[in-house]
Amino acid sequence: MAKKELIKLKINGKEREAAAEPRLLLVHFIREALGLTGTHVGCDTSNCGACTVIMNGKTVKSCTVFAVQADGAEVMTVEGLLQNGALHPLQEGFKEEHGLQCGFCTPGMLMSTYALLQKNPQPSEEQIRWGISGNLCRCTGYQNIVKAVQFASKKMAQGGK
Amino acid sequence: MIPPAFEYLRPKTVPEAVALLQQHGDDAKILSGGQSLIPMMKLRLARPSHLIDINRISGLAYIKEDGGFLKIGGLTREAELEGSDVVRAKYPLLLDTATVIADPQVRNLATVGGNLAHGDPANDHPATMLALGVQIVATGAKGARVIAIDDFFVSLFTTSLQHDEILTEIRIPSPPPRSGGAYVKLERKVGDFATAAVAVQLTLDDKGAVQKAGIGLTNVGATPIRAKSAEDALRGKKLDAATIGQAAQLAADAAQPGSDLRGPAEYKKGLIKELTKRALTRAAERAGK
Ligand code: FES
Ligand code: FES
Repeated sequence: MAKKELIKLKINGKEREAAAEPRLLLVHFIREALGLTGTHVGCDTSNCGACTVIMNGKTVKSCTVFAVQADGAEVMTVEGLLQNGALHPLQEGFKEEHGLQCGFCTPGMLMSTYALLQKNPQPSEEQIRWGISGNLCRCTGYQNIVKAVQFASKKMAQGGK
Repeated sequence: MIPPAFEYLRPKTVPEAVALLQQHGDDAKILSGGQSLIPMMKLRLARPSHLIDINRISGLAYIKEDGGFLKIGGLTREAELEGSDVVRAKYPLLLDTATVIADPQVRNLATVGGNLAHGDPANDHPATMLALGVQIVATGAKGARVIAIDDFFVSLFTTSLQHDEILTEIRIPSPPPRSGGAYVKLERKVGDFATAAVAVQLTLDDKGAVQKAGIGLTNVGATPIRAKSAEDALRGKKLDAATIGQAAQLAADAAQPGSDLRGPAEYKKGLIKELTKRALTRAAERAGK
């Protein structure tokens, strides 16, 4: 067994650290070492996007990054969306517009669309669809997910953060 | 799927990374974006003993025009190409290509250098770089050397990079006036490898005839293929339907696809013919602007 490396990172604003073998994937580190189970493992083959997190401001598939690579990074997961107990406009949008059924893809969808709205607060429908092109949903269909993002975009423009 | 164990090394400079490659021999691998390597390690298709992570080496990610070239650092991410003003303004072929590679999350990590050094004929940049006639800068123990792209792809997953060399820069000749390019890819769904794809780069003369043409083919052979006879057939001619049709047929003749889940070989040849027509037409439109 290769020696463990100490990994320190800032996740959802908090400094955390844990030791891990270099081969440990970031998604397992987040779920098992840090106990944040909001991030899901779907395909484990870099296809579905359920494991999407934001690393240093960019969305990545955490099943295709080693935890050691995130040493020193700032990471945001779906748990980071809730602010003082209030749902983020995107979370509200998914709820109001029926943007989920089983909810398995939702954490990844939320991270991809959060990053999209940070970069482009008023995306067109086409831009939203390209923005979630690395995230698969097996039950809702994309129509309501697009609506959920439009809901959030509107709400955030009105000062809802 | 957790990949097999490896030793993790994180050099701070290129010479340090090269020294590590020399020290650890053939089983050491460079970790760049990791978007091909990590999936291969999970499937045990790759089992490096040492991973040399070059992501912390500063000064390896850049896009700049300099000395008649667009210079792209080996560690430049695909997403940076998409966001680059100079790429958007002057290198439509590059932009077309960067936007159809995998998906947004993968493009945030995947690097242009890795896309080439992996030597996978199914990757998208190889055909593009063949069409653009680029130079590859490889840095090893004795310093940097320049490899012409035509000499770069040797066989499936094998390039002319030596074991202790790192791909540090790609040099794309700055296109003269009246140039344009296009990449046309057919994929089963977003994020898939190409069933087939065609890259075209054209320069027209002041009468609208082809002065220079580059055509590269994706995923229709053991290496990315440059369709030389199709390029030759275009030179000096105006791009009317007959000329385009003839070049497209020659490109299809140059393809050597195998039959697989993405379709039978004959279908893929037909696809190359049609995609070449479309790419030539789009490139010519762009060159004319
Ligand atoms: S679990 Fe990472 S992409 Fe599906
Ligand atoms: S809500 Fe079930 S996969 Fe998207």
